[in-house]
Amino acid sequence: MEIVFSLAVGVLGGCGVWLLLRPRTFQLIMGLALLSHAVNLFIFSMGSLSIDAEPIVVVGIAADLAHYTDPMPQALVLTAIVINFAMTALFLVVLLAARGLTGTDHVDGVEPRAGDGDARA
Amino acid sequence: MTSWLDAVMPHLVAAPIVLPLAAAAVMLVLGQRWRAASALVDVAASVAGLAVAVALLVWVDRGGEGGAIAVYLPANWPVPYGIALVVDRLAALMLVLANLLGVTAVLYATARWHRAGVHFHPLFQLQLMGLNGAFLTADLFNLFVFFEVMLAASYGLLLHGSGTARVRAGMHYVAINLAASAVFLIGVAMLYGVTGTLNLADMAQKLAAVPAADRGLLHAGLAILAIAFLTKAAMWPLGFWLAPAYAAASAPAAALFAVMTKVGVYAVLRCSMLFFGADGAIDPLGSGLLVAGGCVTLAVGAFAMLAAQRLARMAGACVAVSSGTLIAALGFGLPSLTAGALFYLTSSTLALAALYLLVELGERVHDVDTDQPEPEVHHAALPFALEAIELPQGVNLDDEERALVGRVLPTTVVFLGLAYLACALVIAGLPPLSGFLAKFAMLSAALDPDGVPNALRSPPSTSAWLFVALVIAAGLLATIALARTGMRQFWTARERPEPRLRVVECVAVALPLTACVALAIGAEPALRYARDAARALHRPAPYIEAVLGAQPVRLEAGRGATR
Repeated sequence: MEIVFSLAVGVLGGCGVWLLLRPRTFQLIMGLALLSHAVNLFIFSMGSLSIDAEPIVVVGIAADLAHYTDPMPQALVLTAIVINFAMTALFLVVLLAARGLTGTDHVDGVEPRAGDGDARA
Repeated sequence: MTSWLDAVMPHLVAAPIVLPLAAAAVMLVLGQRWRAASALVDVAASVAGLAVAVALLVWVDRGGEGGAIAVYLPANWPVPYGIALVVDRLAALMLVLANLLGVTAVLYATARWHRAGVHFHPLFQLQLMGLNGAFLTADLFNLFVFFEVMLAASYGLLLHGSGTARVRAGMHYVAINLAASAVFLIGVAMLYGVTGTLNLADMAQKLAAVPAADRGLLHAGLAILAIAFLTKAAMWPLGFWLAPAYAAASAPAAALFAVMTKVGVYAVLRCSMLFFGADGAIDPLGSGLLVAGGCVTLAVGAFAMLAAQRLARMAGACVAVSSGTLIAALGFGLPSLTAGALFYLTSSTLALAALYLLVELGERVHDVDTDQPEPEVHHAALPFALEAIELPQGVNLDDEERALVGRVLPTTVVFLGLAYLACALVIAGLPPLSGFLAKFAMLSAALDPDGVPNALRSPPSTSAWLFVALVIAAGLLATIALARTGMRQFWTARERPEPRLRVVECVAVALPLTACVALAIGAEPALRYARDAARALHRPAPYIEAVLGAQPVRLEAGRGATR
């Protein structure tokens, strides 16, 4: 389970960072979204990965992390998801405004000249 | 007065967050149709916020040497589990600074900028709320939340007024900050994984007990967190977003943004002092890096000032210089140097906010100059100008051979010129204003850490000399750059129609500059306060005790539930 989980975080994070470095705004927003998913999973893993464990104390079971999963990262992830969701929505608006105002979807608002090294996109 | 303050005090700690939030909600209801009422609420809330911040500062400072530390538990949960808000000297200082800039910016905005787009006032109050919350919180995750509140509002404020340049710069700004937030979260998660707590004071206490096997993870988490903070503070390789974004923002938004880089500096200061201050639980590996990074930021910013073509870009470079100076000064980890740095932080932030307002006024003058043709003046039916007949004797003449003496300068031109002069003096660190005192305090502390002339003391390190040399050189470059733009924009007598300035705008520009003058006049108590704050930061034990010792309010069944 740990291997699968860390692979998921790694792949999401890697894709996110790669897309973040691309020159088109759509790639940028996808990159940020993937990155935030990777971060959310990462936060989740910081509690302790346990299957079928409850986060809230049940009467009769000793209250320690051997019997429960840590509820704190779950609360953090929930907050982070909400914030990321709002930010992505806001960024989408900025992206569309930029597309409308500059007429291009390049992140700098101008198409690179043909001779430039980063013209391929 | 004092007993009244004591009674209301514990609850006043939450006021800097609750007040802007409530004001923003009211203004959202008022909406765009009642813009005047909105503006009134905004100004009133900002002024009230400033009053609260000053009351907190006075109250905290009354606590003598160690200073009083007020802890407020908003949800009334016991400490390591619930949210805690803490005011100590540093937090109170930052609150006063942020709210002073808030009043400045909102006054300026009411003159015309708030009409440039929708929802300026609610966004403005929400940004203030985020700033205040970031200074008050004692919890790493809440720091993240308040950072996000502040940033979300700042995205809106940056785009206020719209236009291609703003949207283009805004996109870069949003993207950088979202990426930095992701980095911030990774750091928070790693620290939580290692220590099992998010409360800063609790974490500081538990760091010493972290087993050796987890040390690597702990160091990595701290480093990642530092990268997030330093991106906000615009340290050199991470700070390229700053100048274009701030230059594109509308003037009142940019003036408030002047304190946002300082939030990053504040976070670095708070965390490093808490985590590394406690009897060397971890070696402060990063302090050398902070000094080096700060020095590079300082140098690059100083050259960027010289190279800047536009005044707004130059102001961005000034922000970078200020950030770099602070980061380097804090990296040394000397209490007396930290005290100087806190004084510098206050005065330079105030001056930068005034500079951003002046940038816009200067450009407005320029626009008047270029865009609008001079109104035709119909003199009386004289076929020639009067000067042609009798040239005054023994009088200074300007380029066009007209008398310089006796010509009345328009009040606005005089005001702008003087305000820019004061701004330049503070930023470049020339006497007699507070910028000079701040730099003097920092430099003397860097060379003579304890303020005692002692032949036995080891000579200052190479990095201290480098810092001193860079600060002085940056002051020289800043003087050159500021004087050059000043002559071009503000200090030359040109035939131009008088720029239109409203009284509110003048008051807004004068407010932070007056504060700088006040800091220079009252340097003794201000520096004493900064010294106490720095000393408390370097000995974090009382802070940790105060936070961990805070008790939730007991509710007596039935009776006390309403209290």
